[in-house]
Amino acid sequence: MTEKTLRKGNEALAEGAIRAGARFFAGYPITPQNEVPEYMSAYMADAGGAFVQAESEVAAINMVYGAAATGTRSMTSSSSPGISLKQEGITYLASADLPCLIVNVMRGGPGLGSINGAQGDYFQATRGGGNGDYRVIVLAPNSVEELGNFPKLGFELAEKYRMPCMILADGILGQMMESMSFNFDPIDPNTLGKLDWAVDIEKNGRPKRKVFSYKGDSLIADVLERAKRYGLMEKTEARWEERNTEDCDVLLVAYGLSSRACLEAVNKAKEEGLKVGLFRPITLWPFPSKRLNELAQKTKAVLTVEQSLGQLVQDVKLAVDGAAPVYLNAYPAGGQPDGNSILTAVKSCLNGGKEGLFDLQEHAGDFAYSCERDASLGMQGDCKGGK
Amino acid sequence: MTILAKKPQSLTDVPMHYCPGCGHGIVHRLMAESFDELQIADRVIGVAPVGCGVFADDYFACDMVQGAHGRGPAIATGIKRSKPKAIVFSYQGDGDLASIGMAEIVHAAVRSENITVIFINNAIYGMTGGQMAPTTLVGQVATTAPKGRDPKLQGWPINMCEMLSQITGAKYLERVAVDTPQHVMAAKKAIKKAFENQVKGVGFSMVEVLSQCPTNWHASVDQALEFVRTQMMPQYPLGVFKDEEAR
Amino acid sequence: MYQGIRIAGFGGQGVVSAGILLAQAGVEDKKNASWLPSYGPEMRGGTANCSVVVTDGEVYTPIVSAPDTVIVMNEPSLPKFEPLLKKGGVLILNSSLINSRPTRTDIQTVCVPCNQIAEDLGMARIANLVALGAFIKITGAVSLQSVADAMKKVYKRAKPEMLELNKKALQAGYDFVK
Repeated sequence: MTEKTLRKGNEALAEGAIRAGARFFAGYPITPQNEVPEYMSAYMADAGGAFVQAESEVAAINMVYGAAATGTRSMTSSSSPGISLKQEGITYLASADLPCLIVNVMRGGPGLGSINGAQGDYFQATRGGGNGDYRVIVLAPNSVEELGNFPKLGFELAEKYRMPCMILADGILGQMMESMSFNFDPIDPNTLGKLDWAVDIEKNGRPKRKVFSYKGDSLIADVLERAKRYGLMEKTEARWEERNTEDCDVLLVAYGLSSRACLEAVNKAKEEGLKVGLFRPITLWPFPSKRLNELAQKTKAVLTVEQSLGQLVQDVKLAVDGAAPVYLNAYPAGGQPDGNSILTAVKSCLNGGKEGLFDLQEHAGDFAYSCERDASLGMQGDCKGGK
Repeated sequence: MTILAKKPQSLTDVPMHYCPGCGHGIVHRLMAESFDELQIADRVIGVAPVGCGVFADDYFACDMVQGAHGRGPAIATGIKRSKPKAIVFSYQGDGDLASIGMAEIVHAAVRSENITVIFINNAIYGMTGGQMAPTTLVGQVATTAPKGRDPKLQGWPINMCEMLSQITGAKYLERVAVDTPQHVMAAKKAIKKAFENQVKGVGFSMVEVLSQCPTNWHASVDQALEFVRTQMMPQYPLGVFKDEEAR
Repeated sequence: MYQGIRIAGFGGQGVVSAGILLAQAGVEDKKNASWLPSYGPEMRGGTANCSVVVTDGEVYTPIVSAPDTVIVMNEPSLPKFEPLLKKGGVLILNSSLINSRPTRTDIQTVCVPCNQIAEDLGMARIANLVALGAFIKITGAVSLQSVADAMKKVYKRAKPEMLELNKKALQAGYDFVK
């Protein structure tokens, strides 16, 4: 435990990672996460580790692949477009069963988008953005305090289950300062014990070790074995936070900074005599589906609040599984929720209104689309109605 | 009875999958001999590529990491920076190193990573079945250049040793071939030196090996060796392009 | 108690560091506090601003879209931030560098010649602290002592005489507001 101090999110994260035993960092400049590599370049060497400013995001994640293969607590950080570039390395890390930490300080997208904080990379993070069947542990902090303390949790989960872990934050969380403390003492990675799969130089006659991603004929067995770890994680490692969930008419579901705006709505609702609760997934994968389903049984409506265009809501619908109607209050592309706008949506859930609730087809309204190119030979005319 | 020749200890007993006449197996052996002679076998960690060398992680007796196409120098960087006492090599083909991995090789040289790169140049994509490589010669037929490489459409072959020699951080660059016993012996000397450099901490060292690919060149072994001598060597002259002493 | 503040001015006027100081002072007072800078392209071209929240309750969001108080240190910041102010909010205006005056009548405007006061103390660079002193007097969001304590943590490498001068600037701003 440390005394509470005012820290910037990105710097708390970087310091937290070094305290958690990270001894290799490779990254590439991109806003709004630049304080992370800057901090690492200043302090990683003092901790006995290595910092490399890579030539590209692709190189950075592959440097992490190499460092992680040696059993070193290794990490990289970036923001949305950079994380897209890293997907190649992430799927290789997953395939080679390598633990590491990847930080995404999300910004608005698609494409170069904007540098404003956003939550548009939910699918990419939770579905595995690269090729093949794999998952990545996804931790979603909602405060600078969590941002600083999650690297330890991330490394531990990653090493326990031998898979990459992603911390999914956003630009605001990375850039903001607030008071925080570290809830653990600095870890000397030399005391963590040797990993029996890592490539190393002290071989002393042991059999050779291989870290590899090409599985050939053993791929099916390999993927099914890994799936057992995934299943175990779903059963045992889901994490979440609840506020006022025991007796509520509307259950809000939100992660990251959005969840704090939801808390404002919960408190405002209370003043107006409305019973509103908040369910905050902390692990986005594994998603805390079981508990959410239990809570949905007892509520009139579930309202997902997300800074994206209907991504989180898909997991919420899967979890709720029809136990209650699920609505969406969306702030895509860098939009920011606040207590009042969420409360408006809450009221719509209760009185059958539409204000604040997002539905893609209603959003289209009577919008008509015309295409400049001749599309008369397309299939859609023939197949309409599902013949 | 006197033992005149034996398999290097740094190679495993796994039978190699390389085609008859291919140069990969020769180069593997030269590397393994170097590890044995330099007594570094216990410290070596290798990076196997994507391409024909993808199974190299089975053939070397040392710990091996196999990663993504072109990223060998980045992976080797991560290993070397985490384990500075390790002797780290990246084994790469021409599509891997000179096309998709161009940024990685250039910047590993720029940073003068103290690693050894063994670069197999056979002027073709082998594993995927004979597509045009960045090193494919002008006029050379490939499955994606059915009429032969046309500079107007596909540009000219790239000479990696010459290009990297412009980079301050590149400390040792030599191009060798494995088409004749004499050339094989010279290649051995160069490969051994590239690893010795790493032991001494000289910095980025790369040996480019002109290698024959009878299968994808649709040639007999003899024809392939002839192609290396008469077609490749004029484009890719053998020699030392850079040799700097310890920093 | 909840105070949402925006501080805006030229880069180099210390608006960003004044914000950090204010947030740190909030922490010293055992309150919850947050600070959020403008970042990226917004930083280029010479203007900077930051958002600060000091509250007894939870900080729901560090984004202050409807501030209780706005401190504007230069001319271009006035038209940008005046419209954001809450009805009845306070506008602290650096009258040394700003000739215009707000057009809104539903806000309280306090003109402080921050640069003049700072220069009288011998250093124009501490005009930000003059403004902060005025802010403390008007809102009482944090105490003068907590800002003084915060200075030691925020300006870690400052010489003792510089800290003294900073405190004087803070006090001068505080005293200017009647």
